Amino acid sequence: MIVSFVAALLIGLAAWTGSQAGLQYLFGMALPLLAVVVFIGGMIWRVLYWAKSPVPFAIPTTGGQERSLDWIKPARLDTPMTKAGVVGRMLLEVLLFRSLFRNTTTRVDPQNMRITYFSSKWLWLFALLFHYCFLVTFIRHFRFFLEPVPVCLEWVEFFDGILQVGVPTLFLSNVLIVCALLFLFLRRIVNPKLRYISMANDYFPLFLIMGLVGTGICMRYFDKLDVAQAKVFIMGIVHFSPQSVEGLNPLFFTHLTFLSVLLIIFPFSKLVHMGGVFLSPTRNLPCNTRQVRHVNPWNKPTVFHTYAEYEDDFREPMAEAGLPLEISLEEAQAHDNEKSGKPVEPASAQ
Amino acid sequence: MLYNAKYIIPGLVVAVAAFTAPFWLNIGTPSYTYPDVAVPTGEDSKQCVEPKEWMRTQHMTLLNTWRDEAVRFDKRTYVATDGKKWDISLQNTCLGCHANKVDFCDKCHNSNNVQPYCWNCHVAPKGNE
Ligand code: HEC
Ligand code: HEC
Ligand code: HEC
Repeated sequence: MIVSFVAALLIGLAAWTGSQAGLQYLFGMALPLLAVVVFIGGMIWRVLYWAKSPVPFAIPTTGGQERSLDWIKPARLDTPMTKAGVVGRMLLEVLLFRSLFRNTTTRVDPQNMRITYFSSKWLWLFALLFHYCFLVTFIRHFRFFLEPVPVCLEWVEFFDGILQVGVPTLFLSNVLIVCALLFLFLRRIVNPKLRYISMANDYFPLFLIMGLVGTGICMRYFDKLDVAQAKVFIMGIVHFSPQSVEGLNPLFFTHLTFLSVLLIIFPFSKLVHMGGVFLSPTRNLPCNTRQVRHVNPWNKPTVFHTYAEYEDDFREPMAEAGLPLEISLEEAQAHDNEKSGKPVEPASAQ
Repeated sequence: MLYNAKYIIPGLVVAVAAFTAPFWLNIGTPSYTYPDVAVPTGEDSKQCVEPKEWMRTQHMTLLNTWRDEAVRFDKRTYVATDGKKWDISLQNTCLGCHANKVDFCDKCHNSNNVQPYCWNCHVAPKGNE
């Protein structure tokens, strides 16, 4: 944790001092463009790598009653049998974090030493808050990339600032994302089990996002940035015609640097779950293992020789040896004749 | 061997298109310049309340301070950093000089997607006066 913290801090400091020492184009343009390339390339590589990996077994998780007898109610979305059901489950998972909603905690009651399971929705609540705030913030930022600004962005800002607190209007997503980030961080610190399993891969993105959110909030409410000029600079990047960086707050470049580092590590860290959630076999396979045989794609093609074929091969010797046959010699002959169109000769006529 | 290519490939195409939207949506659009706002030109309105650079980043916080001082503390004059005295009034002071609200405040706000709700109550000058 300390290492991640220091690393994030150093990145921020480097960008902050660097952009005051004339390196604005490095932190504000070269790095973000590199980050976009690494992010997109890395994500494609990751997804193709996953798509090339065979799924040897059908391993869907069953979150409820599988379809069974008519009078037993199946859980159509938690244990989907059909493609539509799987799509429904994926939507629930991606949009509402269905599987986090199922979280439980375990506690041993010291009095009678019994284990009790509690439903625990805190992680679900704050994870959902965090992701939706991030999405809203992401969408709001499109005002910097588009001219004219589409009306839907006005609606987003209107609802995000619906409380009309202060000037500039306080955005609800700003407040909530800070709360959510603090929760997600503190839960790793406070809970000893979680602290034990938390690695740099968990802390570093968290600190980067804290830096990103912190600098953004700072530029909006406190150490103000000339937003109109920032837009000129950003539009210059997307038009590939660099604009002046004169007078832009160093925090702006720190903000961009945090974002760039986040994008660069994205495909190689746990953040890649953004793409990975869609490729989780436990979520995207239908729970129809009793109806449909899942063939391991790396199995060699098997040549089957069934008992029926075996009997066909050895019917006569078997009949001679007096072994029981599923299809007797006469039946087989009658069948053959029928197929070749010959009239069936009654056996007695011979 | 790519499994489920019929889902993977369209998914990737959509994702890449979404993430590069700022670049391709701007292909062919005219290059963006600082909003060309109509700055007041009258004899008695050569200078803003505070220096231009400061106004650009801080005019909203200044208005907030003005509002608090007028409404909460009934303090209706503002002493600028250069010592000049101004009446605290959104409609009469700011818009007295910046009477062309549509080509000044609104123009810059629209291109930066800012919609102050102040004009729900405060009276804005009509048109280009
Ligand atoms: C050069 C561009 C520009 C001009 C001209 C301008 N503004 Fe702004 N204004 C902005 C920007 C950018 C913001 C948003 C700042 C932010 O998001 O941090 C803003 C925010 C505001 C806000 C706070 C709105 C909110 O809900 O957050 C008010 C109030 C405001 N401006 C009033 C005015 C008035 C009144 C005028 C005209 C006298 C004016 N502005 C002219 C750029 C401008
Ligand atoms: C709910 C209606 C309403 C809204 C919305 C509103 N105001 Fe006001 N404002 C008032 C009233 C009422 C006064 C008191 C007028 C007085 O005492 O002279 C006032 C006074 C002020 C004053 C000081 C006196 C004056 O005449 O200008 C300022 C500055 C001001 N408001 C700025 C703002 C800004 C900036 C916004 C937008 C962020 C805003 N107001 C939004 C109702 C409103
Ligand atoms: C005495 C007339 C006058 C008053 C009163 C006045 N302004 Fe200005 N304002 C100007 C002038 C002139 C400029 C252009 C300054 C320059 O170009 O150096 C300007 C510039 C600005 C700018 C920067 C525009 C740009 O070029 O990007 C903003 C924002 C602004 N004013 C907002 C306000 C607000 C808000 C108020 C009320 C608190 C206000 N002004 C009151 C005359 C005035």
